[in-house]
Amino acid sequence: MKEYMEVSSNPHVRSRVTTSQIMFAVVIALLPATIYGIIRFGWYAALLVLVTVGTAVLTEHLFCKIMKKPSTIKDGSAIVTGLLLALNLPPHLPVYIAILGAVFAIVVVKLLFGGLGQNFMNPALGARCFLVISFAKYMTNFDCDTVTGPTPLAILKEGGQVNVFDMVIGRTGGTIGETSVIAIVLGACFLIALGVIDLRIPGTYLVSFAIFVAIFCPTGLIAYITHDSNVFIDWQYFCGQLSGGGLMLGAFFMATDYTTRPITKKGQYLYGIFLGVLTGLFRLFGPGAEGVSYAIIIGNLLVPLIEKITMPKAFGKGGEKA
Amino acid sequence: MARFTFHGGIHPYEGKESSKDRPIKQYLPKGDLVYPLSQHIGAPANAIVAKGDTVKVGQKIAEANGFVSSPIYASVSGTVKAVEPRRVITGDNVMSIVIENDGKYEEVDFPEPKPVEVLLKEDIIGMIREAGIVGMGGAGFPTHVKLSPKEPDKIDYVIANCSECEPYLTSDYRKMIEQPEKLVEGLAIILRLFDNAHGILAVEDNKPDCIKILKKLTADNNRISVATLKTKYPQGSERQLIYACTGRAINSSMLPADAGCVVNNTDTIIAVYNAVKEGRPLMKRIVTVTGDCIKHPQNFSVPIGTNYAELIEEAGGFVKEPEKIVSGGPMMGFAIFDINVPCTKTSSALLCLSHDDVSSAVETACINCGRCVEVCPGRVVPSRLADFAQHKDKEAFEANNGMECCECGCCSYICPAKRQLTQSIKSMRRMILADRKKK
Repeated sequence: MKEYMEVSSNPHVRSRVTTSQIMFAVVIALLPATIYGIIRFGWYAALLVLVTVGTAVLTEHLFCKIMKKPSTIKDGSAIVTGLLLALNLPPHLPVYIAILGAVFAIVVVKLLFGGLGQNFMNPALGARCFLVISFAKYMTNFDCDTVTGPTPLAILKEGGQVNVFDMVIGRTGGTIGETSVIAIVLGACFLIALGVIDLRIPGTYLVSFAIFVAIFCPTGLIAYITHDSNVFIDWQYFCGQLSGGGLMLGAFFMATDYTTRPITKKGQYLYGIFLGVLTGLFRLFGPGAEGVSYAIIIGNLLVPLIEKITMPKAFGKGGEKA
Repeated sequence: MARFTFHGGIHPYEGKESSKDRPIKQYLPKGDLVYPLSQHIGAPANAIVAKGDTVKVGQKIAEANGFVSSPIYASVSGTVKAVEPRRVITGDNVMSIVIENDGKYEEVDFPEPKPVEVLLKEDIIGMIREAGIVGMGGAGFPTHVKLSPKEPDKIDYVIANCSECEPYLTSDYRKMIEQPEKLVEGLAIILRLFDNAHGILAVEDNKPDCIKILKKLTADNNRISVATLKTKYPQGSERQLIYACTGRAINSSMLPADAGCVVNNTDTIIAVYNAVKEGRPLMKRIVTVTGDCIKHPQNFSVPIGTNYAELIEEAGGFVKEPEKIVSGGPMMGFAIFDINVPCTKTSSALLCLSHDDVSSAVETACINCGRCVEVCPGRVVPSRLADFAQHKDKEAFEANNGMECCECGCCSYICPAKRQLTQSIKSMRRMILADRKKK
């Protein structure tokens, strides 16, 4: 008889889904936001996206080569990191800053901690915060020739008026990929339909943030009860908070990052609530108008603790019902 | 309360259509038959024949060695050629009785069975024990032990595991289509052992024809009902099945009897019928020979001890070079490297695949996606357990419910990074169980 065959321990079949497929699904889901950003902010935005993604991939490849390890760029995670970072950059950022950000995301946040699956912080957000601290002037400058200056959230912080319809469409100032709620939700729906992400984290994040705003905003429940405000919830303010800034992009694409969110089901709910409250705190009571990036990064750091207290019960030990 | 499903589980490619409509074909082997003395969980049987002895079909050739053990019967007539170690599906060499087939299939005179009504409970259990019946779904646990719980009066449900959730397998399906009366009567016989029990025929909803037939047969029977379960792997896993049928959950350190349940597989119940009603010991079983390498995938009724190579030939041989041959289903079966091994009491299928998913998959880093957690029917966190296993961290492994894993393989199946999750967890569990035995 012939020498057959592969012998291995069961199971002998595998699903077709692979890591790189998941990564490319995320890239496709980010395309509506990317394309809208390019249409809105022009070809310089396209250049930034290309440079950031290219740098991220090249950096990962070179780093692996220098470390004498097989290159991991085929898994597509560097593309996702580069693209997410690009969408979080102002549309007129000097190119060298974008390159620096991409290198920081890949080398410092991701590869130094062991590469894919080992980083404790979302690489794109880590790099964004690094850039905001290091190049505050450029990173917070959303002025440009064609489009108006301050972001809707900055206007709200000053007590001004915003056009919610424009915010949902994306006709406002902001980073390349965060302005259009419609484009982001479209991409998110694609990922949810594919089963790549679910609504546990985005859902609890958005709902808890909305509740926080409804209670603590200048026209919120507390202000209403204490008669500081005559109206109960200014809907323009409320909807502006929900659709403005990086909230949608953060909730659907950054908070759901596999590596840096809890793996346990209960942990994911808890994490979402935590992010919502933290974002609310930063936006309403912090000095800046934005809060999503820092909220998610702090959330990332707490993931090991959240997982520890939310380890599921086993089947037959009370865990069979959930 | 019945839930008809459980949390977690997967939907692999079923592959049942290639053999599902092929009626069971009786196959009588031409070559030698090999009977490993250990075809069950528990002590190996003791051979009671020696080289040169002539045997007939139905003659006992090995005696049970203790309570948790099972006798073995010849399924062929001929001469004992040797009692020597032979290779079995797991790759081990196991002491086996080899019988040279004379091709006549002469039978012993089977004793005229008494009517079931006059049999005492002890008689029934004794007959099942003497017939060499073991769990034929794969585990091979001696059935008479399962049917002898400490307090038989506290058994509320006797569940017939007709779910056949393993992909490709159609042997139970064919039995339900062709011999449903035997299944129902076999279950009724087992119910005689448990005065307070209700019988449940648990069938997955991908077999609507079986459900229809069984419902019709049990329409007037107030002790047996049919439960239609959601199609999902591992619906036939004992703990998940009990939960789906009764809403009761047991953990790894409990027995089904602790939840008032006894679970038996379709083929086992039919073997009980054959033993009690017809006085015939366990000598045959149904084997599905299938996979994309097989010319004519089909279901055979084969004498236990038949060489797999003969079955492949009888099914038309290979149309493609097989890359992997599995004894059993793709989720729980054993990959074999030599097809010259005997079919045993627990061989449900022979699956020949031209493409092996496992060897072609490249293992990459865990991305923490949580798919393994979603599908785990044991409700543990497989990716973490596999990490603990790879780091040999026994304490953390046990503290995180590592011993609750039922080794169903769902996590390995679903993992997009193609990690060997089940395999790592399994080896760690073996190590811990071995440690416990030492103490």
